[in-house]
Amino acid sequence: MKKILIFGGLLLGTVLTYGQATISPAKPQSKPIIITGATIHVGNGQVINNGYIAFDKGKITAVGEGSPSNTSGADVINATGKQVYPGFICPVTTLGLIEIEEGAKGTVDNEETGELNPNVRSLIAYNTDSKVIPTVRSNGILLAQPTPEGGTLSGQSSVVQLDAWNWEDAAYKTDIAVHLNWPIVRAGRRRAAIVLPGAESPDEARLKQLDEVNNLFTAAKAYAEAKPETINLKFEALKGLFTGSKKLFINADGAKEIIEAVSFANKLGIKAVIVGGKESYLVTNLLKQNNVPVIIRETQTLPARDEDDVYLPYKLPKILQDAGVEYGLTGIGFWRQRNLPFEAGQAVGYGLTKEQALSMITINNAKILGIDKTTGTLEKGKDANLFISEGDALDMLTLNVESAFIQGRNINLDNLHKQLYKKFSDKYGLKIE
Amino acid sequence: MKKFLLCGFAALLCNFARAQQTFPVNGVQDIRPGLYAFTNATIVVNSQQTIPNGTLLIKDRVIESVGAGTAIPKGYVVVDLKGKYIYPSLIDAYTSYGLPDAPRQAFTFNRTITPVSTKPGAYGWNEAIRPEMNVKSIFHADGEKAEAFKKNGFGAVQSLIHDGIARGTSVVATLGDERDNLVMLNDEAAANYSFSKGTAVTNYPSSLMGSIALVRQTYLDAQWYGSQKEEYNISLAEFNREQNLPQIFESTDPLMTLRADKIAKEFGKKYIYKTDGEEYRRLDAMKATGSSFIIPLTFPEAFDVEDPLQARKISYEQLKDWELAPNNPAIMEKTGIRFALTSYGLTNPRDFWTNLRTAMDHGLSETQALKSLTEIPAEMLGVSDKVGSLAKGKMANFLITSDDLFKKENVIYENWVEGRQYIVNRVSAINLAGTYKLSGNGLAGVTLRITGNPGSYELGVQRSGTDSTRARGTFIRTGDMVNLYFDLKNNPAGTIRLNGYISSTSPVTLTGGAILPDGTSTNWSATYSDPVPASEKKEPTKPNLTAGPVVYPFAAFGNAEIPKAETVLFKNATVWTNEKDGILKNADVLIENGKIKAVGKNLPAGNAKVIDATGKHITAGIVDEHSHIAATGGINEGTQAVTSEVRIGDVLDSEDINLYRQLAGGVTTSHILHGSANPIGGQTMLIKHRWGVLPEEMKLEGAPGFIKFALGENVKQSNFSLPGGPNTRFPQSRMGVEQVYVDAFTRAKEYEAARAVKGNHVRRDLELDALVEILHDTRHITCHSYVQSEINMLIHVADSMGFKVNTFTHILEGYKVADKMKAHGIAGSTFSDWWAYKSEVSEAIPYNGKIMHDMGITTAFNSDDEEMARRLNQEAGKAVTYGHMSEEEALKLVTLNPAKMLHVDNKIGSLKAGKDADLVVWSTDPLSIYAVAEKTYVDGVPYWDYDKDAAKQKELKADEGRIIEKMIEAKNKGAAVQPVGGGRRRPVYDCDTIEDGAYVVADDYNGMAKSK
Repeated sequence: MKKILIFGGLLLGTVLTYGQATISPAKPQSKPIIITGATIHVGNGQVINNGYIAFDKGKITAVGEGSPSNTSGADVINATGKQVYPGFICPVTTLGLIEIEEGAKGTVDNEETGELNPNVRSLIAYNTDSKVIPTVRSNGILLAQPTPEGGTLSGQSSVVQLDAWNWEDAAYKTDIAVHLNWPIVRAGRRRAAIVLPGAESPDEARLKQLDEVNNLFTAAKAYAEAKPETINLKFEALKGLFTGSKKLFINADGAKEIIEAVSFANKLGIKAVIVGGKESYLVTNLLKQNNVPVIIRETQTLPARDEDDVYLPYKLPKILQDAGVEYGLTGIGFWRQRNLPFEAGQAVGYGLTKEQALSMITINNAKILGIDKTTGTLEKGKDANLFISEGDALDMLTLNVESAFIQGRNINLDNLHKQLYKKFSDKYGLKIE
Repeated sequence: MKKFLLCGFAALLCNFARAQQTFPVNGVQDIRPGLYAFTNATIVVNSQQTIPNGTLLIKDRVIESVGAGTAIPKGYVVVDLKGKYIYPSLIDAYTSYGLPDAPRQAFTFNRTITPVSTKPGAYGWNEAIRPEMNVKSIFHADGEKAEAFKKNGFGAVQSLIHDGIARGTSVVATLGDERDNLVMLNDEAAANYSFSKGTAVTNYPSSLMGSIALVRQTYLDAQWYGSQKEEYNISLAEFNREQNLPQIFESTDPLMTLRADKIAKEFGKKYIYKTDGEEYRRLDAMKATGSSFIIPLTFPEAFDVEDPLQARKISYEQLKDWELAPNNPAIMEKTGIRFALTSYGLTNPRDFWTNLRTAMDHGLSETQALKSLTEIPAEMLGVSDKVGSLAKGKMANFLITSDDLFKKENVIYENWVEGRQYIVNRVSAINLAGTYKLSGNGLAGVTLRITGNPGSYELGVQRSGTDSTRARGTFIRTGDMVNLYFDLKNNPAGTIRLNGYISSTSPVTLTGGAILPDGTSTNWSATYSDPVPASEKKEPTKPNLTAGPVVYPFAAFGNAEIPKAETVLFKNATVWTNEKDGILKNADVLIENGKIKAVGKNLPAGNAKVIDATGKHITAGIVDEHSHIAATGGINEGTQAVTSEVRIGDVLDSEDINLYRQLAGGVTTSHILHGSANPIGGQTMLIKHRWGVLPEEMKLEGAPGFIKFALGENVKQSNFSLPGGPNTRFPQSRMGVEQVYVDAFTRAKEYEAARAVKGNHVRRDLELDALVEILHDTRHITCHSYVQSEINMLIHVADSMGFKVNTFTHILEGYKVADKMKAHGIAGSTFSDWWAYKSEVSEAIPYNGKIMHDMGITTAFNSDDEEMARRLNQEAGKAVTYGHMSEEEALKLVTLNPAKMLHVDNKIGSLKAGKDADLVVWSTDPLSIYAVAEKTYVDGVPYWDYDKDAAKQKELKADEGRIIEKMIEAKNKGAAVQPVGGGRRRPVYDCDTIEDGAYVVADDYNGMAKSK
């Protein structure tokens, strides 16, 4: 039975990769490219109308208004009336770690068993051949942070660029963060859990979990200070948190949990990032005072409580913006990250400016991930991670990525969906618009 | 030990026995005449009549006479009750007295597939239908439990089995210490029902809608059973036999009561409802049932609200319930709903009087309280000729009290049951409360302060002067004997123990002997000196009785008044007509009486309210073809492959916040579907988002019926397994799915043919009825579907069996079979861009809608998700992103096209004179990510308004704040509080949702309804 299943899987795989297999990573940039006549969204709030952007050997060499002074030897792309954006950055995602969420366990690599796995690394499980990745980058997402999930300490993540032969090529910044799920009281779905006399209450269970996290971190800190007799992989993995080379990404939604998480990080001298932050609007002072950024997980979600403003998740970015809290944004899951631009655009109807919304998924995310020196805005010296859209890239009515560049490489924007669209349009004799 | 106790108990019973003809006697007969005359009492005969200075004569177990100036014959024991009261003893209309503790279905990981009952005997197929259970055959009087009831003044109870959907018959019994043969007042008082399957191990039903369908089918089966000769079935025979009894239905909240009442009306029944006491939530509807109620006095405790972050976990409903629940009895009285009160559900029997008085503080009258505890339950349960009031020939069940029964100071002295005395507090006992001077060796100078009532005294001791001290002590009184102890802490230190008796009553003097800490003895006496100073009496401050308004629905953002339809002229908007006119710039829309009156330019306002919509866009309300909101008790009845008898329309939940949230996204109509756990699921329901109306009123009038079918991984249970075992419910492969359909429709055809010949001699089967409707095209199919092979299969089955598939929903590979769908006139309702979430969607593409549309298929985008539903406008916008559909056509994907496939495009889906005034005013192009739904109208009623919502949020916060303040106040005054619990949220469903690993105990529905 198993054999047959595997065989079936292979067969399916062969069929699926029929078109996908021809989408190859692009060759390195061989000559200078200049995009002219475009509206350039720098990413930091600045918009250059009728601007140009030049890049060579993968780096941005000039950005300006009007016409470039010198175009000799360069490929010039006339983008009059079009929009140029920094490549969108998708933090905290399972892109490349999961291919099919359910019913195909063999394609799922986002969780390791056990509670405390700071040593596991998502980078090596990142599947550059995923059929999902091209569908995501077709919408302008050019960098991502494939992130382990599960347990209490899930593991470490890296930032990858989305056009690569293998994970080594893909690595953009390696092992930048450790991911912690802040323990919460797991209440029954329908009613408060009934606690039998003598049994552990959910509250107690949570406190125990917190103790374990505390013990691990304090021990790891001591371990980091002196050369140990025995190597401990878990402690080794946490070392970077105490030297400042890694950040601790803490998944926490409740105000209480956020307060706990921030003071935990403070005590240990760790740079923390709150991921989720549904109730971060209740503790903006704390976040601001401690310089703890928040990566909002989805604007397109429901409020946590029936009593909340029905639009609260749409308004959350604006609230954090006004409160001076550093914030970024991610979507959810893996394939759904192709909606990241819309997740950002969603906040515009509820108070954010379009450029602020853009910053959320470009420079803000870059800063939080520690890659803002090389990407996140369209500024001279940074990597040429950018794309041209026919119209406003945050709006589904106008998003239309015509060409995209990662480190100057002109990437292939084809994907499985476009191929199947073509295949069946051909079958029926329909015109592709 | 146990044996010994039993023996002692038996001995007590036999102390003196009733003359019971059929039982032999051990020893010498001790039959007593039981003749008593209670004189000079204020006799409350019933809620209407009181006899001052009356006499009650009883003989053995019954009342001989009640009246004034009665001559007392010789041979009576005369009890002078001057200044005291006699009341008929109370009846608890809902208990499990005398029954073994109800077993609960234990959760086990090894639950097996149990499609039909395994109970031995000629019973019905489903164990949840157990009308053969009769309390009379298992009832056994329980002296210990009776005592708790008797202390509260109860003399008789209804006793019923709380297990199953049809629960069999109950009894009414007295609480007498008699043989079981003598306490029975009515051996078949009522037939009892609920929607909770209890301990039944039969898998079906696993959902509330399954329970309801089962009740419905059982009524039909029972009717059929009466006229057939094929089988012998004890369950159905008993079910039929019990129809003449009062029918009591255990419900929970008002919506559950309405669900039961719908069944009652369908089958010409009238239920008495036992509820959770939340009738105030939907009072008018409760009154309209015309039924009587049995309501509890279980009022929610206040919450611990001092930690504001923790307090956020309390829902608005919980706050409102806390405030309003104590008003329920009073509100019901005022509304004229007939009801009995029960102590059922109280965690501590002592709360009965506390809570009853709380209800009276909130306006419940004494008359009503007495009625609801005596006459009404007696009438309900067919025992008013025996108990419930005091009259000749009735049972000698009565109370002797110090005062008006309902006064706070009242003391119940005696509770006579069947002419036998049960002493609660001794009549002769004088109240010992007061300050006493203690004398005795080493005790001089000590003052005793006795507070409280007979039965529960508290003691304080005090000594002034050089050795001044103050301490609490313990005071126990047994008849005229007293026992007290306390520790003066110094001189001497240690516990001083005193015994004594009431040696004089004027002034009250207690005398006796004491043992000092050093072991020496002394005599003591204490003489009453003063009353307890007023300030030290526990005088409860008047409770804060003001309550906020009931909101409709009973949820956050409910309205105190449901808004009404308006006559409005929207001026100068961009109007997306979805009609020939296309998108009109600078156009007007006029709505009146819930309908669109006109669409065009420069319309006259008349008496309409004018709304300037310059720069805004107006579209028809959004229609979601595939939704699972606003339904409760499980969305899947997946326990059988075919469950066409279950109906979403039975389990609508009008209080779901998602109705409101989606109005805020422009959704006005949703098609609520059964889940996708089985090939033939349940009947669906098309609703409008009329926020605040009753579930039945949400239904879109005149919409044709639909049913959910499903294909693929869910129905073959690919992605889950039942706890503990292999999946064995057929089908487990796509091959099996085809056979389920062929078999079901073959049976349906045979069934129809047989009924055409033999009529009702062929058992009516609601499951097959629905399939026959499909064959006649009066019920339409919307079929959950993904991959092309199975889609093709169902089209073939439909062709060969002679039915039509109306809609393929999800249909993510529709683009692969678009030519076939087109040829068969089948509509496609898909997701805009979902894929990769399971194996069967690995070739789902966001161009699917575009291809189907271009092939001429009626195409829609749906949500299947309470979050996505509120931005379906954007999802439609993605048809522009992927495939560049025109904006006009893209909007139709979520408005006109779903209306068409649901056969209601004559009412909704476009802006055209005569259609329903379901429309949305958008801030900008509705397909844009930047669009905000500023106003949403359903039938001309402004249910959503962005600006008004801001005000509503403030009101909501203010009301929450007010109630929380009140809770803190109550806590400070000593009210019991409960910690804030989790899990208040309603579960949300998508089509894969299987309740807790497939088979839940239906009791959980009750829990769910409560924890909203």
